[in-house]
Amino acid sequence: MNQKIIIEPVTRVEGHGKVTIHLDEEGNVARTRLHIVEFRGFERFVQGRPYWEMPVLVQRLCGICPVSHHLAAAKALDVIVGAGTGEGLTPTGEKMRRLMHYGQIFQSHTLHFFHLASPDLLFGIDADPAIRNIIGVALKHKDLAVQGVMMRKFGQEIIKATAGKKIHGTGAIPGGINKHLTPEERDMFLHGPDPLNIDKMIEWSVAAVDFFKSYHKKNKDLIDNFSVFPSNHLSLVRKDGALDLYHGVLRAVDANGKKILNDVDYHDYLKYIDEEVRSWSYMKFPYLKHLGKENGWYTVGPLARLNTCDFIPTPLAQKEFEEFKAYTNGKPNNMSMHMHWARLIEVLHAAEMMKELLNDPDLLEGELVVKGKKQYEGIGLIEAPRGTLFHHYRINENDQVVMANLIVSTTNNNQPMNNAVNVVAKKMMTGQREITEAMKNAVEVAIRAYDPCLSCATHALGKMPLALYLYDKDDNLIDEFISQ
Amino acid sequence: MSKPVIATTSLAGCFGCHMSILDIDEKILDLIELVEFNKSPIDDIKHFTKQCDIGLIEGGCCNSENIHVLREFREHCKILVSVGECAIMGGLPAFRNNIPLKECLREAYLLSPSVQANHEYIIPNDEDIPMILDKVYPCHEIVKIDYFLPGCPPRAELIWEALVALIKNRPMDLPYEVIKYD
Repeated sequence: MNQKIIIEPVTRVEGHGKVTIHLDEEGNVARTRLHIVEFRGFERFVQGRPYWEMPVLVQRLCGICPVSHHLAAAKALDVIVGAGTGEGLTPTGEKMRRLMHYGQIFQSHTLHFFHLASPDLLFGIDADPAIRNIIGVALKHKDLAVQGVMMRKFGQEIIKATAGKKIHGTGAIPGGINKHLTPEERDMFLHGPDPLNIDKMIEWSVAAVDFFKSYHKKNKDLIDNFSVFPSNHLSLVRKDGALDLYHGVLRAVDANGKKILNDVDYHDYLKYIDEEVRSWSYMKFPYLKHLGKENGWYTVGPLARLNTCDFIPTPLAQKEFEEFKAYTNGKPNNMSMHMHWARLIEVLHAAEMMKELLNDPDLLEGELVVKGKKQYEGIGLIEAPRGTLFHHYRINENDQVVMANLIVSTTNNNQPMNNAVNVVAKKMMTGQREITEAMKNAVEVAIRAYDPCLSCATHALGKMPLALYLYDKDDNLIDEFISQ
Repeated sequence: MSKPVIATTSLAGCFGCHMSILDIDEKILDLIELVEFNKSPIDDIKHFTKQCDIGLIEGGCCNSENIHVLREFREHCKILVSVGECAIMGGLPAFRNNIPLKECLREAYLLSPSVQANHEYIIPNDEDIPMILDKVYPCHEIVKIDYFLPGCPPRAELIWEALVALIKNRPMDLPYEVIKYD
């Protein structure tokens, strides 16, 4: 008998992601699907609004990484107000935005690792959910929890100083930024009392990378073999090939490292990227057009970025990058759990970037905004914490938005997350007629490597609110598991 | 005396209100001492295991599941608090309330410039994904809500003060700057 398993994210209770697994007659896994069950309609309801509202409006897609949407929208609007594309801003405008963005990368990655992923590593994937959470970490490993909380706080304070608010700020405006950093703020970030100063943050970031590396040594099987599959990787890189999370050209490599998108201008993204709509998920499936729907899908995020870039332009992170690359002999890394390693190297890079920027006098004075000849279309891309984020707007002569197209990071990772679920399901569900707690946890851990919460597309913080459903070959439900 | 029990959820929100709870920073460690968390995305508890004292709701209701969860919270929580604009008024997602749902779906799946190859005109529709409500509803139109914390998101200090006041059963001391919101 064929069978179908569903892992529903506590669906009826809190559901935003849901997994179905179909078994064939022999009890082998025939098909798996990760369904995204949320739909908002932003593309339509922003139409008619004045364009300058976009950075504050569209960021409300996601409260975990609002700065990414804030800045991607602002970059698209830079083009519309005639301020150029990413390089046309004043030094103050560009550097304030970069500081905001690296503060955001720092806080979001820290949250992802310490608050959401570390419980799996500290307590084990099969540990009792009652302790396998950040509260458990706070009670059992207080030092680590305090580090996580204070690192996130530092990032949030940087965002507040540059964007005006910790969540849903207003700092970036079309053509630039609306404030300077004050000398008092700068001094606080550079030399504030421990632990809230940049040197402590760099020290703790190094320690976090070391924590992961020593965990990796002791748990090679989990980290290296848990979920592995060949994938294309896509991200922005700086023109010289350096890791750059704020601006660059689009590059993609295949699973063997061959360039399949060679540093192209992202304003031409429609030439290269299209999205497939599938009836069973509200989230679309992007792919590289020249490779087709079947083979053109790609991974974005920390792992993809370290696979596409040639080097990291800060010394401590570059040292870690070299070790990371050496582990796969310079080839792209296709191990899902290595996403956490890549993420922590980026935490270190973000801390180093913040230090460099904080020492730059352009933050304290200089022109804030550039204006030029109005355009009617603008495209802005940025590397959000979880990957490449696309914003595209068209406006009319009354400055109203008439078209908005958003491809968010999690959408770019739709197919890789589906593949990771498939790999794990085949490993754990073959021949099974019941969904076990271990199976549910494994699916959560696989998805969490990409996105802690499916936050952009769904939004459940931390533990995947998953529901699993198991179906036989005739589509009869034979078991369901709604996480308790 | 046993600790007060708190539950939280995010319905049709962006998770920014939960992030604002985390923005109480090191006080989160005090909060863990003060209260016990039950069903909440912050811990790993997905179903209510007991009656709770305080339920914090982020987000309005945009699909049938949201309504189910909200009713479950009302049943299990003595005090229910709408946290943030979306829970209180539907917030940004309610921008779609003036537009037929069909138009929103058409825009995303048929008219978007990056769905050039959707030749079969597919709009997601499957037994495995839930139906979307005609409009986004604020929480108090579905169940009785006891308190409202404004802001997008409400400031961390406001959430902290409100929680402490509810836990200790004392009036809130809220300076004007803290209830300022956007």
